Amino acid sequence: MAKTKVSPKATSSLGPNEVRKMYRNMLLARTIDERMWTLNRAGKAPFVIPCRGQEAAQVGWAAGLRPTDYFLPYYRDIGVMVTLGYTARQAFLSLLGKAEDVTSGGRQMPGHYGWRERHVITGSSPVTTQVLHAVGIAYASQLRGEDTVSAASLGEGSTSQGDFHEALNWASIYKLPVLFVVENNGYAISSPQSKEMAVQDTAERALGYGMAGVTVDGTDFFASYEATVQAAERARRGDGPTLLEFKMYRLLPHSSDDDDRTYRSREEVDAWKDRDPIQRMQNHVLEAGIMTAEEVDALRVEVQAEVDDAIAYAEAAPYPPVEDMFTHVYAD
Amino acid sequence: MAVKNLIDGIREAMHEEMARDERVVLLGEDVGKRGGVFRASEGLVDAYGDKRVIDAPLGESGIVGVAIGMALNGLVPIAEIQFADFIHPAFNQIVSEAAKIRYRSDNDFHVPMVIRAPFGGGVHGGLYHSQSVEAFFMHVPGLKVVIPSTPADAKGLLKAAIRDEDPVLFFEHKRSYRLVRGEVPDGDVTVPIGKARMVREGKDLSIFAYGLMALYAEQAADTLAKEGISAEVIDLRTLLPLDREAILASVARTHRALIVHEANYTMGAGAEVAATIAEGALYELDAPIRRLAGPDIPAMPFNTPQEEHFMPNPEKIAQAARELLAL
Ligand SMILES: Cc1ncc(C[n+]2csc(CCOP(=O)(O)OP(=O)(O)O)c2C)c(N)n1
Ligand SMILES: [Mg+2]
Repeated sequence: MAKTKVSPKATSSLGPNEVRKMYRNMLLARTIDERMWTLNRAGKAPFVIPCRGQEAAQVGWAAGLRPTDYFLPYYRDIGVMVTLGYTARQAFLSLLGKAEDVTSGGRQMPGHYGWRERHVITGSSPVTTQVLHAVGIAYASQLRGEDTVSAASLGEGSTSQGDFHEALNWASIYKLPVLFVVENNGYAISSPQSKEMAVQDTAERALGYGMAGVTVDGTDFFASYEATVQAAERARRGDGPTLLEFKMYRLLPHSSDDDDRTYRSREEVDAWKDRDPIQRMQNHVLEAGIMTAEEVDALRVEVQAEVDDAIAYAEAAPYPPVEDMFTHVYAD
Repeated sequence: MAVKNLIDGIREAMHEEMARDERVVLLGEDVGKRGGVFRASEGLVDAYGDKRVIDAPLGESGIVGVAIGMALNGLVPIAEIQFADFIHPAFNQIVSEAAKIRYRSDNDFHVPMVIRAPFGGGVHGGLYHSQSVEAFFMHVPGLKVVIPSTPADAKGLLKAAIRDEDPVLFFEHKRSYRLVRGEVPDGDVTVPIGKARMVREGKDLSIFAYGLMALYAEQAADTLAKEGISAEVIDLRTLLPLDREAILASVARTHRALIVHEANYTMGAGAEVAATIAEGALYELDAPIRRLAGPDIPAMPFNTPQEEHFMPNPEKIAQAARELLAL
């Protein structure tokens, strides 16, 4: 199985209405992200983990799967969640740890997704643990003869964990219907890719396990979407797992607690702003005549209003009652 | 003597030990240019270079396993685990390997190394950035478990840990990093591992605590003093080996024991302290032993009210002391 690169100019099977929806998802993810950051800086949200720069890949890989598939996203995946129907209100309820938070009832830090109804499996903070769960979920699907795929995402740095290698080994031995989605943003906090691995592309690691590995331009929505559709088809056909690597750049510090000026230059960050995935998608919808400039402006206003409403709602929402912290340790 | 933060004590200890002994190396996630996510190793890579201050790939089993190999071949590694909550991938390397190498080789090999990790909650860290993991390791002979609560102890105990011939787990309460200030003696001062610290003498009850809870116990004792209650406060500061002598001697003076920790109640460090008292000073007691601890739920919730309810604090400690005295 050769490592392939998907051309950034890959054409899409999506119609104009769907493209518009995908652009909206990306814009909503970005806007949620921006406003979370503002709340943090205003002292109203203790912790934010940004997705900025990764929206195309996130919306692309989530949209490339079916609602019946299983999703094991990692902490940056606002774009994945929005594509699965997560609303701005839900995002801010989770940010502020309010009772109505759908991911954990206010128990988990923001960015720790889980939503049973939408097949989003609950996740923790220790990185890479979810990748093995995706393998087990795929094994169960295969055993029951279902055509569902499971997909776990993680950062490129997180592929240094032993769990990652155990997961790829299992998946390829049993040709399981699972996608390993590496969102390669160049850094693991301050650690550049070169300190996490000696290979250029994370996808090269697939070769050693006898499975498909694909490197994709993660700032290109269409390339991300198509690569996922193809990998999912392979998985459903019984041709086994794929390691999908989306290359992009983390435009913000690691989290609201980080200061990236200590380890990377402003020139480096600015150079990547030219490949901002939101801008690329906007250029596309305008150039392809899918939306007019007025429609793009109207969409921005609409998304901002949705986020304004969400913040007001979440700020007014109650915390969970203290007694609730003792529930669900075991089946009652 | 200058007044410093607890994290300054940590940094100074590493700085001085790396300057004193070129075998000492530091490895961990983001410890180089970033200086650690809490800035504990700020400046070290500039002083000692990236061969001795190593930005490790993201994997705790790797960090500890590689550190063991370094120790086996003449280096003295300090392995930083970014948060104690993420030490579990290294559990096998710590418990099967580091703890047992001296014993299993009949003293042919040993691993002088330190594993540092920030622990504890009250920082909106949610389930996985708030945990107290010390009890897991207290159960493992071959390891030492140290938890400083003052800047001076942070420095002196870390220096002692680096010079120790055996693996030492060194847990630093992350909330205390910049909250706790105190005088740090200049120069090469070490604090012996295995000795508790008398924080203040008292005669009505003994409060045993460590880490941030030692500070809170001291604050509770101030409140109690105003009510005419004289509380003795003992900072355990080494949990393995436990200073049983100091515990028994204190109970013999006060006849009442309150044990405080943030880790959850069942099988926490308090269980060992209580058993020590029950075995060695039962007839000294005027009241049952009391443990004040985090609740037995899997971890600390993120949301504000539940996090606050989880954490022991000076007021809860003072209230537990009053109740104990009323018995
Ligand atoms: C087991 C474990 N060790 C350490 C951490 C602390 N940590 C959180 S994110 C992170 C870097 C992850 O980098 P990468 O996998 O590239 O993902 P990115 O954040 O860049 O999206 C680290 C070290 C953790 N969460 N879990
Ligand atoms: Mg990364």
